[in-house]
Amino acid sequence: MIELTFPLSDAAVRDLKVGDPVSLYGTMVTGRDAAHKWLIDTFIKKTRTPQGDDAQAIEALTPLLKGGAIYHCGPVVAGLDTKQYRFVAAGPTTSIREEPYQADVLQHFGIKAVIGKGGMAARTLAACQSVPAVYLHAIGGAATLIAQTVTRVVGVHKLDFGVPEALWVIEVKAFPAVVTMDSHGHSLHAEVEAQSRAALDRLLKA
Amino acid sequence: MRDLTNDILELIRRTSTDLPPDVEQALGAARQRETQGSAARGALDTILENVTLARRDSSPICQDTGTPIFIVRYPAGWSTRALRAQIREAIAQATKKAYLRPNAVDSLSGKNSGNNLGDDTFPTIHFEEVEGKTLTIDLLLKGGGSENVCAQYSLPHTGLGAGRDLEGVRRVVLDAVHQAQGQGCAPGVLGIAIGGDRGSSYMASKEALLRPLDDVNPDRALADLEARILRETNELGIGPMGFGGKTTVLGVKACGLHRLPASFFVSVSYMCWACRRRRMIADGDAVRYSDRSDP
Ligand code: SF4
Repeated sequence: MIELTFPLSDAAVRDLKVGDPVSLYGTMVTGRDAAHKWLIDTFIKKTRTPQGDDAQAIEALTPLLKGGAIYHCGPVVAGLDTKQYRFVAAGPTTSIREEPYQADVLQHFGIKAVIGKGGMAARTLAACQSVPAVYLHAIGGAATLIAQTVTRVVGVHKLDFGVPEALWVIEVKAFPAVVTMDSHGHSLHAEVEAQSRAALDRLLKA
Repeated sequence: MRDLTNDILELIRRTSTDLPPDVEQALGAARQRETQGSAARGALDTILENVTLARRDSSPICQDTGTPIFIVRYPAGWSTRALRAQIREAIAQATKKAYLRPNAVDSLSGKNSGNNLGDDTFPTIHFEEVEGKTLTIDLLLKGGGSENVCAQYSLPHTGLGAGRDLEGVRRVVLDAVHQAQGQGCAPGVLGIAIGGDRGSSYMASKEALLRPLDDVNPDRALADLEARILRETNELGIGPMGFGGKTTVLGVKACGLHRLPASFFVSVSYMCWACRRRRMIADGDAVRYSDRSDP
């Protein structure tokens, strides 16, 4: 088990290989569909002018994302009325929906780790090589356990996107994951796909 | 006829927070088979720890609490209209208590109803009148990630060399599991229906998921097919979460349905490792719950 604490250095990222089990510590930011679209439209492609608290939010988020991690997760959060936020259930959501955005977001903000489930495709894998960054696969369905690794909810941005879609800044301790896309161009998803394809062909020949 | 709303609420709580022992045992056995220090073993460690925590804290095993599917077998004298109202009320209360996540989205407006109540298909409720005095309610919570990788084939299937026989069934099921990879939160459970029309076939494949993992199909040919598919899907090496490994599938449950001469459908319902099912049995005033929902 390799312990990783955010922010990550380039050297730490380059040391990781597909199949490595890791345990995560430090600060990460949650973001899924609405967050990725917001980052792209407002700050990267700039097809939308910043409005409301956008400028303030990006100023707070930019230093956290540099060398940091984005977690594809729509959490269930308690304490919404008192703002004493607590994560109740926080398993990963399917990452491939962010494939059109992820590479640009990694490059623009210098994000070093994407956390989610199901893996991502060629553009993200290429970005992992150049940034460098890694894709970390969390355990799908392990919602209660992952929520308990969240030791503190530091804050939240763009809560107007709704609780699952907002960008939550959290601190974690011993968050379990596995490297499934590394910065050397390897994807465990592609490898397992190819191996199981060969096994399938064998079984269908019989 | 008594009001069962509170009893059904308890059925929902148990289903969402307490994984049935047969599934937990199968996950434990799968863990033993994976190499120490491997990603597959780590995934199963995390899953099993999560199951223990969810049970202890009475919190959902997974945040996607899925489509609630109820199968109600009622003796003469019960009103299905009253039972439907009680089930819907229990669903709304369970959502308020966070045993369930609000999951009912209007497909046209995109709005989430917020209380898990949609039209008559959400939650899904099937009623069947039975002999005797006992009312049973089976509940299956069918998650979305695994629902997205379910598949239905129309045989013959040229590409897979699948004809209209059990060998053809074997071939398309292996293909379905390969296509799913880890996306349905493997290791999963397969419900397979052979025959029927497209609708009845999918429904029967879901009902097959209620069978305990350790039961044996009374039909010899189907029992052999289940055992073979279990062995061969695990030879694919997809493993927990698709990390690669020895266990891709925990159990296979198949059934046959009558079909039209013109059609031969095979439906594969994929259930994630969070195979959440429970039974409630009401006999007069006494209500009890069972981990086993055998037919
Ligand atoms: S597929 Fe199952 S375990 Fe995975 S996220 Fe969905 S409901 Fe949870």
